[in-house]
Amino acid sequence: MTYSRFSTNPPEPTPRPSAGRQSPAGQGVASAPAALLRSAEAEILAQAQAGDHIAFAKLYSLHKRRIYSLCLRMVSNVAEAEDLTQEAFLQLHRKIATFRGDSAFSTWLHRLTINVVLMHLRKKDLTVISMDEAMEPAPEGSPGRSFGSRDLTLSGSIDRLVLERAVGDLPAGYRLVFVLHDIEGYEHHEIASMLDCSIGNSKSQLHKARLKLRDALRVFPRQEER
Amino acid sequence: MTEEPIGMTCEQFQAQLSDLISSGDNLANHPHLQSCSRCSALLADLRTIAEAARQLLPVVEPPDELWEHIESALKQEESSSRGPDQTHL
Repeated sequence: MTYSRFSTNPPEPTPRPSAGRQSPAGQGVASAPAALLRSAEAEILAQAQAGDHIAFAKLYSLHKRRIYSLCLRMVSNVAEAEDLTQEAFLQLHRKIATFRGDSAFSTWLHRLTINVVLMHLRKKDLTVISMDEAMEPAPEGSPGRSFGSRDLTLSGSIDRLVLERAVGDLPAGYRLVFVLHDIEGYEHHEIASMLDCSIGNSKSQLHKARLKLRDALRVFPRQEER
Repeated sequence: MTEEPIGMTCEQFQAQLSDLISSGDNLANHPHLQSCSRCSALLADLRTIAEAARQLLPVVEPPDELWEHIESALKQEESSSRGPDQTHL
């Protein structure tokens, strides 16, 4: 193999149509253009599995936003997200020949990336610490119950950037479960398996994450009114 | 002073809320919510947050240099896996 065919920037594939939210399976609404794109991606995938580096670069272009966004949301740190995205694609390159199509490729790559991130967090002990913290009785400053608070409610819509910022500010354990469940669409039993915790723990952390986000999001309008 | 709902306190209801939400049951007719505007608002907020999260798309573009780093690392892996003896081929 030679890398001389690598360009400075990977070739841009045809953009995928916006089909709303995709499940981890990456299966959007079936349509003729979507089917054509899937067929084109399958061809690119087969070429990459055969060692074609241009095809691998196209796969990178196809999936880089999703993988980088996933990493960024999980760790909430730009430098770490870049490193983890790189590691995910290096692992993809090592393992791509083992992909047999039992699931959608995007699902497989998504899980591979989550495993890369979780391995990284375990090395830093972040997951364990956060899980334990989340099981502790709520201390002052943690997501509060609502029975003593003012009756402020969120408006019907939440600004995307404000929500992204609030998610990024969540403690790591809360953030992981929130990202995996509410953003990426995984079920609690899948998250429990990934994080090696109980389903009840996953549910509890998600609930606490949403409560903490509610607290954070209710503060933003008051701050910005000043 | 807020009116105390009948049958279940807010504290009791909110202690169960995580399980109630994840059960997927329709909570609209839950007795506590019939009489408690504060817990109704809380539930509405949590649903709004979950719905907003579902609308977040993977729109963040990684820096262009990232591909160059990956490409460079791939070259290094390739050359190290090829081994020194194959360089004479």
